[in-house]
Amino acid sequence: MMPDLGKYATSVLSAYGASIAILVVLIWASLARSARVRKSLEAFEAKRKGNG
Amino acid sequence: MSERRSLWEYANPRKFMGLSGTILPWITIAGGVLLVVGLIWGFFFTPDDYRQGSTVKIIYLHVPSALMAINAWFMMLVASLIWLIRRHHVSALAARAAAPVGVAMTIIALVTGAIWGQPMWGTWWVWDPRLTSFLILFLFYLGYVALWAAVENDDTAADLTSVTCIVGSVFAVLSRYAVNFWNQGLHQGASLSLDPEENVADIFYYPLLVTIAAFVLIFVALVLLRTRTEIRARQLRAYMARERMQ
Repeated sequence: MMPDLGKYATSVLSAYGASIAILVVLIWASLARSARVRKSLEAFEAKRKGNG
Repeated sequence: MSERRSLWEYANPRKFMGLSGTILPWITIAGGVLLVVGLIWGFFFTPDDYRQGSTVKIIYLHVPSALMAINAWFMMLVASLIWLIRRHHVSALAARAAAPVGVAMTIIALVTGAIWGQPMWGTWWVWDPRLTSFLILFLFYLGYVALWAAVENDDTAADLTSVTCIVGSVFAVLSRYAVNFWNQGLHQGASLSLDPEENVADIFYYPLLVTIAAFVLIFVALVLLRTRTEIRARQLRAYMARERMQ
């Protein structure tokens, strides 16, 4: 199934590996910060409601 | 009588959150599916190029990321101009949200370009007009992100970064058109062209279009997600500031 990349196999695979790794880090960092901020905001709003 | 809706309605954070919350999952799914389809098509089902061998497969990552790196800056420019002219906070936050995505796209384009350049040109890097202007654009991205982080007042940060964005646009334009301005350097002309002589062959062109569409949708999804985060973070800062004053 794997195509024969010949003498450029290292170049092609490292380009794909590096790009996918950068995309994964970017998506993970965006989701993690989104979850963190959302949780903090919800906690703050719950506290404000609790205080009346 | 139907109510006439305006795009400016979405400058209201509440309306923006409503619309973006509805469309974000669909854009994310479409972007993810197209990325998987485009990369599998390009990697497994396209032949080697007669001159570049299997390195031609790098095109499916290098061209979409370079395109998005430059277009992300133009999106930030439009959002910055809207901020400077109409003072809509959502547009300033959207520009801020897009910058790290642009940084990532620029890194992918630089890394894949270097990896592709080494076997084809015999060097990882050359001070060619297009590569140099692209590197300067990357430095502008870093400066833009650092400026947002360094200035405490959100409105002042938005003003300063908007001006930075306008200045940096020169290098975004140069990154795209440097090949046309200066007929020198190793980097080839545009891979996508209306001129059939210059455009890449159809067998590479169609999967490339799919990966470009995927990168565009992933960019839009990430900018929407990150803008929503910035709106919430700003709201949290406002609550905390109000609490400190009480």
